[in-house]
Amino acid sequence: MQNLDHIVAEALGEFAGLNQMAELEQAKARYLGKSGLLTEQMKQLGKLPAEQRPSAGALINQAKEQIQQALEARRDALRQAELDSQLAADTLDVTLPGRGLGTGGLHPVTRTLARIQALFGSLGFEVAEGPEIETDFYNFTALNIPENHPARAMHDTFYVNDTHLLRTHTSPVQIRYMQETAPPLKIIAPGRVYRCDSDVTHTPMFHQVEGLWVDEDVSFAALKGVLADFMQRFFERDDLKVRFRPSFFPFTEPSAEMDIACVMCGGEGCRVCSHTGWLEVLGCGMVHPNVLGHVNVDSEKYLGFAFGMGVERLAMLRYSVDDLRLFFANDLRFLKQFN
Amino acid sequence: MKFSERWLRSLVNPALDSAALSHLLTMAGLEVEALEPVAAEFSGVVVARVLAVAPHPDADRLRVCQVDAGNGETLQIVCGAPNVHEGALVPCAQVGAKLPGFEIKQAKLRGVASAGMLCSARELGLADSVDGLLLLPADAPVGQAIRDYLHLDDVLYTLKLTPNRSDCLSLAGVAREVAALTEAPLNLPQIAATPVTSTRTQSVEVNTASACPLYCGRIIEQVNAAVPTPTWMLERLLRSDVRPISALVDITNYVLLELGQPLHAFDAAKLSGSVRVRMAQPAEKLRLLNEQAVGLDDSMLVIADDTGAQALAGIMGGADSAVSDVTQAVFLEAAFFDPAAIAGRARRLGLSTDASHRFERGVDFAATRSALERASQLILDICGGAAGAITEVSAALPQRNPIALRPARASKVLGIQLDAVQVSSLLTRLHFSFSQAGDNFRVTPPSYRFDLAIEEDLIEELARLYGYDNIAAQAPRANLTMLAQPEQQRDIDAVRGQLVARDYQEVITYSFVDAAWEADLAPDAQPIALKNPIASQMGVMRSTLLGGLLDVLRSNLNRRQERVRIFETGRCYHARPDGFDQPQRLGGLIYGGAVAEQWGTAARTVDYFDLKADVEALCWPSSARFVKAEHPALHPGQSAQVWLGEVCLGWLGALHPRLVQHYDLTSAPICFELALEPLLARLVPRHAAQSRFQPVRRDLAVVVDAAIAAQSLLEAMQSAAISGLAELTLFDVYRGKGIDSDKKSLAFRVLLQDTQKTFTDSEVDAVMAQLTELLKQKFNAQLRS
Repeated sequence: MQNLDHIVAEALGEFAGLNQMAELEQAKARYLGKSGLLTEQMKQLGKLPAEQRPSAGALINQAKEQIQQALEARRDALRQAELDSQLAADTLDVTLPGRGLGTGGLHPVTRTLARIQALFGSLGFEVAEGPEIETDFYNFTALNIPENHPARAMHDTFYVNDTHLLRTHTSPVQIRYMQETAPPLKIIAPGRVYRCDSDVTHTPMFHQVEGLWVDEDVSFAALKGVLADFMQRFFERDDLKVRFRPSFFPFTEPSAEMDIACVMCGGEGCRVCSHTGWLEVLGCGMVHPNVLGHVNVDSEKYLGFAFGMGVERLAMLRYSVDDLRLFFANDLRFLKQFN
Repeated sequence: MKFSERWLRSLVNPALDSAALSHLLTMAGLEVEALEPVAAEFSGVVVARVLAVAPHPDADRLRVCQVDAGNGETLQIVCGAPNVHEGALVPCAQVGAKLPGFEIKQAKLRGVASAGMLCSARELGLADSVDGLLLLPADAPVGQAIRDYLHLDDVLYTLKLTPNRSDCLSLAGVAREVAALTEAPLNLPQIAATPVTSTRTQSVEVNTASACPLYCGRIIEQVNAAVPTPTWMLERLLRSDVRPISALVDITNYVLLELGQPLHAFDAAKLSGSVRVRMAQPAEKLRLLNEQAVGLDDSMLVIADDTGAQALAGIMGGADSAVSDVTQAVFLEAAFFDPAAIAGRARRLGLSTDASHRFERGVDFAATRSALERASQLILDICGGAAGAITEVSAALPQRNPIALRPARASKVLGIQLDAVQVSSLLTRLHFSFSQAGDNFRVTPPSYRFDLAIEEDLIEELARLYGYDNIAAQAPRANLTMLAQPEQQRDIDAVRGQLVARDYQEVITYSFVDAAWEADLAPDAQPIALKNPIASQMGVMRSTLLGGLLDVLRSNLNRRQERVRIFETGRCYHARPDGFDQPQRLGGLIYGGAVAEQWGTAARTVDYFDLKADVEALCWPSSARFVKAEHPALHPGQSAQVWLGEVCLGWLGALHPRLVQHYDLTSAPICFELALEPLLARLVPRHAAQSRFQPVRRDLAVVVDAAIAAQSLLEAMQSAAISGLAELTLFDVYRGKGIDSDKKSLAFRVLLQDTQKTFTDSEVDAVMAQLTELLKQKFNAQLRS
């Protein structure tokens, strides 16, 4: 049986020295194959006396088992080595940039509009729209601004013909919406508006959001509540101070101008707020009975409040943009800052 | 409206400092736009007399002055001002004086001792530019502090008044408002009738009583028009930014500021015959005081004499009848012109005057005659003379009808509780006349208010006095209902989001564009022209978004941005016989690298198919049809219309090479423009059972003429309505070796699947044979071997 031990030792030694799977399989054949060394030993069993055969057979099987185990172990090791080398070969510089398209972005005015829309949407304000080439009637007359009214001089109006103009505010949407929809109603109307004015603080086109709430139980106090809430949410400052001053718009009475404490200097006074500590951000008021009359709403039963705000103005304050004209220069280096 | 606080305080003097008074006015709706001191802060400057002037021994430009500053000793002061002379009265900053930015010390100038400084207006912060020393009048008291002498402890207020508050376009009006707000006593000037000492009168005819319901005028003769305007009046005028002209004109301007009534002084010698208030005749001409010659029309009111128009009523006087230094008799006019008769006229002539500004908004017709008396008295006091009797022509003046005011309504509108007692007290402070019946009031607005017609107007008055800030903000109360969420319509933000995810940057460009862009890009459109464009390159309304997108591309290329992917949503404008179409459109443009330059992708310029994938994604899950079509701005071989069902959404393609060259681009941008609204439509999904059977896949490769559009083969096969044809995809297009040069090979993947059974080989073969035959019939397609 010396011979068996020798065979096992030889097999183990040989397996350990092999690094290729194919060579290992060939070596396996030499020991365990049809004419392998152990198979030969098995064949010799018949020559032994019958009483010795079981113990001799057991010894051979034991040797075979040992060789089999060594073979499996070596196979695993070779597989592992192969995998390791494949992994090493496959290894990437995972810090290289990803392939394909990047991501674009929205214009800051759109971004601001979305914010305004979301805030008022959370109170149930619907979005309404109207034409930009508007009639004199909707832009002025229906809003209680008759021909030759000094308020028309405040609107530097672009005219298309004798009866049509580029809307100077989003307020005409109030009229168009109320012609279609009976109160109670709550809308905001975002959009482009136009004034014949161009300098450092004016562009001939800009964006406004008009708001209108008509119901039986709205009041000036509620107007103050809604707009203060809006400004505090928009600027994400719960302690943002606001104030309302009497003002004049032909389509609201009483009318007010809304100021917020300067968000740049915190009310201390700076260049942005002309050292007043306050920023004028919005015009508002209770809908004038004449306006409700134009759309056949009973002003004894229903009250309404309306407001209009400049979107670029809010965007400038929110994102610290110091030049209005940047919004329409469309410099990609500017626009990408809002992505 | 700009004025001196000192002047205001002479009429009403509440116990508030400047900052508090200014805040009060702003919060009452009279916004104080600017608050600025008359002079800079300084001290130690007094009126001084220059006693003697001698040359400086070592400096040509300096003089050595002996100065009496009123303290008993003669000061030696070195001065460099060219206008210093013996006997001059000037401001003198003594040793220890604090001037803006520096302090005066005993000094030596080029070796000569100097005990102070003689000052210019700039050194006192009174003016920006300066012309030598500030020379004071001969009666200036030597030794008096210059701040007291020139009333420099004063603050200038600039009010930004809303158009409804014409009553505050005067010192008296602002004072009246301050009195109502603070309950401080009001001391308006006492105006008495001027004694009539001349028999001269001027006849006046008013031909248009509705435009001029009240006209008052009088002659004042034997005036000395050359006398200087008194200092106190000059000071007030200058502090209101009114340029002094002559005593007579200054007096009319002064009364305008003080009382808000515009007046006009004609040289009586230059008027012939009757004064007539009438509408201008067509094509009538008038040379105005500012030397502007204007052409009038019959909507304009004039003051005329027998020879023609002499003044543009309520706007500006004429040059021919203007007063001068040698005027001996004036005809002084004070009138009430109906705002509607004046409004807009000045603007049409390119004018804006203090008079028109007030008449357009409304002037107190009850105070017209007393303003004339006030101005008459000032003329007599300053210029001397004798006043004739007033000629007054009057007709129906505006009515001030009582307005019902219900405290309950006011409470409801404002959201506070106001009772009758509070309302009564507020109305009393406003000096409104009212009567009370039970809890309700009838209020008659004063003649100086043109903005009070309905109950809401009075409610605003109550709120102003109550204080907007004192109305507590409330959370709104209403019935809650949810907003509609139409599922068949996606939001425009979803479309924007899709493009952003595909690496597009949103831009916003002007709706008015250069007419040349429209001619280049949409030659068939007839763009809507603006009557008054702000600039010629913004003269027409865009009919396409492409102009703006190309402009953004070019400006960014100039800023060395080499890869541009942009989009815009917005309206385009088209004239119709009966109005205007203003559809929302979506346009985009890509230019430069298909992806940003990077290690992992071969550099490649964008092409038609890059953009087409984006357009397909925008239309998904509907599959758009792309129909080869020509567009004047696009490459004829690389452009297509985009159809969704029966609707043509728009087009896409590469910019026409002619325009690529015209716009100096190095490669062609690929652009699209689509109607936005149909793109937002969506179907609400409806589930259909999925097949449990395995699909069968076959490929079909055919050779056709190269000019045949691949889509037509796809459409032909789809329209054959083959049962079980689940998917049909074009997966390869090949031209080149093995195919005739005018042919191409198209390879389609055919997926067959039935919900009821598995296709047998023979069924599949039959379908493939049917498709092959169909393509052969319609397109002469040959199976590719």
